[in-house]
Amino acid sequence: MTEQNETGSKPVKKMDLNRREMPKQQPEVRITNFQEVALGYAAETAIEEAMRCLQCRKPGCVPNCPVGIDIPGFIAAIDQRDFQSGVNILKQKNALPSVCGRVCPQEEQCESGCILTKRKSSVAIGRLERFLGDWEAILGDDAPPEIAPATGKKVAIIGGGPAGLTAAVDLARFGHSVIVFEALHKMGGVLSYGIPEFRLPKAIVDREVNYLRRLGVEMRTDYIIGKTRSIDSLLEEVDAVFVATGAGLPWFMEMPGNNLNGVYSANEYLTRINLMKGYDFPSAATPVKQHRKVAVLGGGNVAMDCARTALRLGAEVSILYRRSREELPARLEEVENAEEEGIIFRYLTLPVRAIGDDHFQVKALECIRMELGEPDASGRRSPVRVPESEFVLDFDCVIHAIGNSPNPLIPASTPGLEISKRGTIVTDLETGMTSKERVWSGGDVASGAATVINAMGAGRRAATSIHAYLCEPVPWPRGEGA
Amino acid sequence: MFRLLENKMLVPNLYHALISAPDVAKAAQAGQFVIIRPTEASERIPLTISDWDAARGTVSVVYMKVGKTTAEFAALTAGQDLATVAGPLGNPMEMGLFGHVVCVGGCYGLASIYPMARELKRLGNRVTIVIEGRSSYLLYWQQKLRSVSDDLIVITRDGSKGLPGHINNLTGVISRQAVPVNRVIINGCNYLMMRGSQETRPLGIRTIVSLNTLMIDGTGMCGVCRCTVSGSTKFACVDGPHFDGHEVDWDELNKRRGAYLVEETQVLRSSKGE
Ligand SMILES: Cc1cc2nc3c(=O)[nH]c(=O)nc-3n(C[C@H](O)[C@H](O)[C@H](O)COP(=O)(O)OP(=O)(O)OC[C@H]3O[C@@H](n4cnc5c(N)ncnc54)[C@H](O)[C@@H]3O)c2cc1C
Ligand SMILES: Cc1cc2nc3c(=O)[nH]c(=O)nc-3n(C[C@H](O)[C@H](O)[C@H](O)COP(=O)(O)OP(=O)(O)OC[C@H]3O[C@@H](n4cnc5c(N)ncnc54)[C@H](O)[C@@H]3O)c2cc1C
Ligand code: SF4
Ligand code: SF4
Ligand code: FES
Repeated sequence: MTEQNETGSKPVKKMDLNRREMPKQQPEVRITNFQEVALGYAAETAIEEAMRCLQCRKPGCVPNCPVGIDIPGFIAAIDQRDFQSGVNILKQKNALPSVCGRVCPQEEQCESGCILTKRKSSVAIGRLERFLGDWEAILGDDAPPEIAPATGKKVAIIGGGPAGLTAAVDLARFGHSVIVFEALHKMGGVLSYGIPEFRLPKAIVDREVNYLRRLGVEMRTDYIIGKTRSIDSLLEEVDAVFVATGAGLPWFMEMPGNNLNGVYSANEYLTRINLMKGYDFPSAATPVKQHRKVAVLGGGNVAMDCARTALRLGAEVSILYRRSREELPARLEEVENAEEEGIIFRYLTLPVRAIGDDHFQVKALECIRMELGEPDASGRRSPVRVPESEFVLDFDCVIHAIGNSPNPLIPASTPGLEISKRGTIVTDLETGMTSKERVWSGGDVASGAATVINAMGAGRRAATSIHAYLCEPVPWPRGEGA
Repeated sequence: MFRLLENKMLVPNLYHALISAPDVAKAAQAGQFVIIRPTEASERIPLTISDWDAARGTVSVVYMKVGKTTAEFAALTAGQDLATVAGPLGNPMEMGLFGHVVCVGGCYGLASIYPMARELKRLGNRVTIVIEGRSSYLLYWQQKLRSVSDDLIVITRDGSKGLPGHINNLTGVISRQAVPVNRVIINGCNYLMMRGSQETRPLGIRTIVSLNTLMIDGTGMCGVCRCTVSGSTKFACVDGPHFDGHEVDWDELNKRRGAYLVEETQVLRSSKGE
């Protein structure tokens, strides 16, 4: 327990070097439901955790946050129980604290730079950020957001994911009229259709979308730019376009048998369950099969999400990864959650063929053993096949979760837009400007699949650049390609 | 947002819906489809745009009531709104001056081929339309189809109208044409398109079919619409839905189409047995 001293503000208590644990649903319980696993700090715990922060004069954490949040600033506000100020500090740089506090890979970002990492464990920056975001939703002041006087300029944003949402908020607050086009029937991008409910409750995404509505942002769902309308035709009506269409094209590991029934891309699997609420089937319409034994191919966050989703639908789930635990690209926290829940990790295993039954339904995977060789370009030890080590594992469902690249719909329908060999839109990193006049881009479609906070950072930088351009147009700097 | 202006049964089990969707109507081209979600709780299903009016801002779809979603659609009445009408999706049908084109339609395909025939005719092709059905009372839009073709040939299985028989008569129909046929387009259920392609293969006539796969997003995001054409995997929604009927792996297509529908294979088997 903490005690308040006479003068009020500073609690007296001996420093405890351990970071405060965040309560979680017990593994036996949570694997039977789709509710959030981590339950968040209570106010007292948040304050105790905030007290651990040393308020460094030259904080190591801030430069490691991709959007440069004033971390000691918001933590000090929590320490002083001034939660509203904390929220305000966060919101200067991050429009979606409840989201980032949950899904940022903090251990690689802000928290990895915290000085306390060397002594015991870093301040739980993400958990504190989540605490403030959630506090605001319930108790924060509900004052209408401040909006600059209308400028008469109009901006179209393509894609309702974190990059598009962030840019929309900023541009609306600068006084521009903003319209967001989203291909699916729901806003949010990967936050809605990809990341599962038990990691990011959809109510949080809905709240942010409502905030956009309050800012007067117009939203057109079921609207596919490049199909329903082209960018060139949009440019006749709006002053600027921001392309934030993400990286939604699924990759399949190359092997025979991929078209068997029961073989999915991670996108299909997660979309059926998150966007179409397949876990409610049959009361929701989109069918989800009851699979017994599921193989997830890949080792990133997307693989963990697929595996933990399948587990909650009642299957025995294995993750097949061709390297070892150390090389798993997923966040450690997610790997630990998956392990606790009973996901089977099969390391150094590469599937080479999916085998079907007489009904064209997948029934097994032929795999080959791998061993780790020399480090490759990414610094990870590269896996090599062990000759004649083939073996067969039974599965009635196989999910490819090895990555995504940008969808070619926009590139194919937009003359003058420079595209890289990887299929990403070429942009200026500082401003998000593309080769096409009055078109900006950012998020996964420009960077390749990355993170929520990177997409948000790109959305904010583009909004700033768009605003500057609309106030004072300059000759388009990257015009050669156009 | 997407107001249903009309939703009527054309012939038993087949419905025509007229929908207000101005931006879709403005962009639509022959051979494209929309993804429709009749209600907020419905699945997303693909339906071909069978007509549109850019000035009025309307699109038409003709759909067969086969399952849950199409039943939900059929239960709506004029004046209600559809939850989603997204499109136009997929590539348009390839157009050009080909010479003599035979457009074959069955079931909802009678409506799907209408805009294709209209555009082919406008471009100066000779257009012969062949429509196929179990019985004359299942045929519709004949007047419309006649207006966009040089010749309309009717085939019914019970012989109640036109030639008696079914799609197996296609070879005969084509060989009796005075003007040689340069291209065949077939739209309807996968069985019709598969059998039709088998008919035209020995004749060496280029045959384009519009594949009927499962779909969710219709934009290349999920991959459920995978099919094999010329030995490589394609996404029907973005690479198609129109493909060379002689290059499609029909066996795989039928098995994938039935992934969620055990009964569908029975439907196919019984029609093969005829
Ligand atoms: C399963 C999964 C789990 C993840 N987990 C994490 C995590 O824990 N932490 C983390 O930081 N990151 C995570 N990521 C990555 C993160 O979600 C992305 O980096 C981020 O969402 C990218 O944001 P974005 O706005 O660029 O694109 P997206 O979120 O992809 O949004 C793009 C939007 O544009 C729409 N769109 C596409 N084309 C068009 C068009 N032509 N017209 C109109 N709209 C269009 C799409 O429908 C989509 O809604 C995860 C990704 C996945 C798939
Ligand atoms: C690009 C494209 C365009 C299409 N255009 C049209 C169109 O214009 N009009 C139209 O009616 N349909 C069209 N379809 C097919 C249509 O999408 C399906 O019929 C629809 O998804 C069925 O949904 P449902 O939920 O009502 O039926 P489901 O619940 O999916 O199916 C119920 C039952 O119907 C039967 N069934 C379903 N689909 C078919 C089929 N295609 N052939 C034979 N039996 C079937 C099966 O036996 C199944 O058990 C198109 C499909 C594609 C890919
Ligand atoms: S936004 Fe992400 S990286 Fe930045 S402080 Fe918050 S949790 Fe850390
Ligand atoms: S580096 Fe750690 S201790 Fe220092 S200000 Fe940042 S969070 Fe606090
Ligand atoms: S329907 Fe999803 S990729 Fe084609």
